[in-house]
Amino acid sequence: MNATPKRDSYDVVVIGAGPAGLAAATIAAEAGLSTLLLDENAGPGGQVWRAIASTPVTERDRLGADYWAGAELVHAVRSSGAEIIQRATVWSLDRNLEVGVSIGGASSLVKARRVILATGALERPFPISGWTLPGVMTAGAAQTMLKSSGLVPDGPTVIAGQGPLLWLLAAQILRLGGRIDRILDTTERRNYFTALPHAFAFVTSPYFAKGLALMREVRAKVPVVTGVSELAAKGDGQLATVTYTAGRRRETIPVELLLLHQGVVPNVNLAMAAGIEHRWDDLQLCWSPVLDHDGSTSVEGIAIAGDGAGIGGAGAAIVRGRIAARAAVEALAPAAAAKLAPMSTFRASLAQAERGRAFLDTLFRPARPFRIPSGDTIVCRCEEVTAKDILDAVAIGATGPNQLKAYRRTGMGPCQGRLCGLTVTELMAQARGRSPQEIGYYRLRAPVKPITLAELAAVPKTDADVQAVVRG
Amino acid sequence: MFKRSDQDSRRSVHIIVDGAALEAREGDTVSAALLASGRDVRRATAVSGAPRLPYCMMGVCFDCLVTIDGVGNRQGCLVPVAEGMQIEIQKGKREIGR
Repeated sequence: MNATPKRDSYDVVVIGAGPAGLAAATIAAEAGLSTLLLDENAGPGGQVWRAIASTPVTERDRLGADYWAGAELVHAVRSSGAEIIQRATVWSLDRNLEVGVSIGGASSLVKARRVILATGALERPFPISGWTLPGVMTAGAAQTMLKSSGLVPDGPTVIAGQGPLLWLLAAQILRLGGRIDRILDTTERRNYFTALPHAFAFVTSPYFAKGLALMREVRAKVPVVTGVSELAAKGDGQLATVTYTAGRRRETIPVELLLLHQGVVPNVNLAMAAGIEHRWDDLQLCWSPVLDHDGSTSVEGIAIAGDGAGIGGAGAAIVRGRIAARAAVEALAPAAAAKLAPMSTFRASLAQAERGRAFLDTLFRPARPFRIPSGDTIVCRCEEVTAKDILDAVAIGATGPNQLKAYRRTGMGPCQGRLCGLTVTELMAQARGRSPQEIGYYRLRAPVKPITLAELAAVPKTDADVQAVVRG
Repeated sequence: MFKRSDQDSRRSVHIIVDGAALEAREGDTVSAALLASGRDVRRATAVSGAPRLPYCMMGVCFDCLVTIDGVGNRQGCLVPVAEGMQIEIQKGKREIGR
């Protein structure tokens, strides 16, 4: 399983084995292109189908039909001829389409003629007071443990936030006999009105019936508090209580586990480090890559598919993976492309899969106070930098996230801004009266995941590599 | 904080955490095994020494950093347990040479 890549170069390297990556690698390999699929996890599936080949949760109705749909794509890629390497951490990608990957503590570089990035999404930062306390986790974290290890909360547990994943997770926990004491729904009431114009597309999409059924299932068993406008976790070295405001009522409840979730955002680190142009998305409130209709980026030869291309969900991710892979096949093996379904078919499927998304984006747009914290609330978890620290730095001249690094080291810890970057951009934009686009983001560089200098030094080098840096 | 589902029939894997034996299940990540144990497995941050537990469980937050088989700063949420694996809860920075 921990084998290094069999070749030095491939027609197509796909990074990430979630819905988009699985679909893309299958098409590329079946078309006869040499295809390498690299994935950081122990098994394929990404986050949505995590542990699909190994989950101990075998009663199929517990995780739901949408989960098991992933098994088909995993089966397809395994019989496609693609070379698949799990537990492979890609730490570098450059304009020459050279991929740096760490496998089992050793790194190698592989060349690609085309790269399809399918690095997916991560949960939006939820910077409330006390969110670094042991006992505060993301909803996605709980879902990961549920899927891959059959673990469910068993002490006093509160889920707080908003969005489809929150309800799915709650239902899954309950079906497996786990405990949820309360759900604190932070959806802003006015969002129900602003989302109204998009309601028809949503009501006629598959999301609607599924979402309603999940919410009904959960509400029958767990008290749900709506309109939650303030949220804080407290405890001395360990989570002890959650305090919240709903309407005019402020309440504190004892709790052992707090699961936070306010949607997902593209995981941009590798794409940005490769020099791919991104823009601020005012609807989804995150950075999204600038892409053409085939998913191609501003860097020749690199495409992005799946939620890393802008949040669209698993159904859209599969189709985007197929579109990006078809484009690669068209470029590298035109004769094989003729045997694939036409692009127009894929585009029609994509429109279908994206139906209802605008409604979800508008309804579950996170409230400003949950995106832009104040005072002693930690923004950068790694370097332990608070909102006040950042505002103080702005007051003495920090103009954007990159200057802020020099003042406060924000984004310079091991997570490389993944848990603070969006917050820093929006906080500085608000403080300076600029748009997030004007404020910008951290300049990201390889290695996008930490590797040791020893591992870097041990990367095989050619004579030309050595000559390029040797003096005299 | 967490309990195992009745459906879980995976075989046991034995790991050592700070010198004490711990029974995990095949396919658990180090972080999942630690959280399932119910023991105090909080690490201490490199900056202030504040206690932390894993936050994201998907490889992005680095709050699961742990010493595995003598190598510090490993992401416990990405490493599957293996029989006899030696885990040390990491307090503060990774030490030079490990």
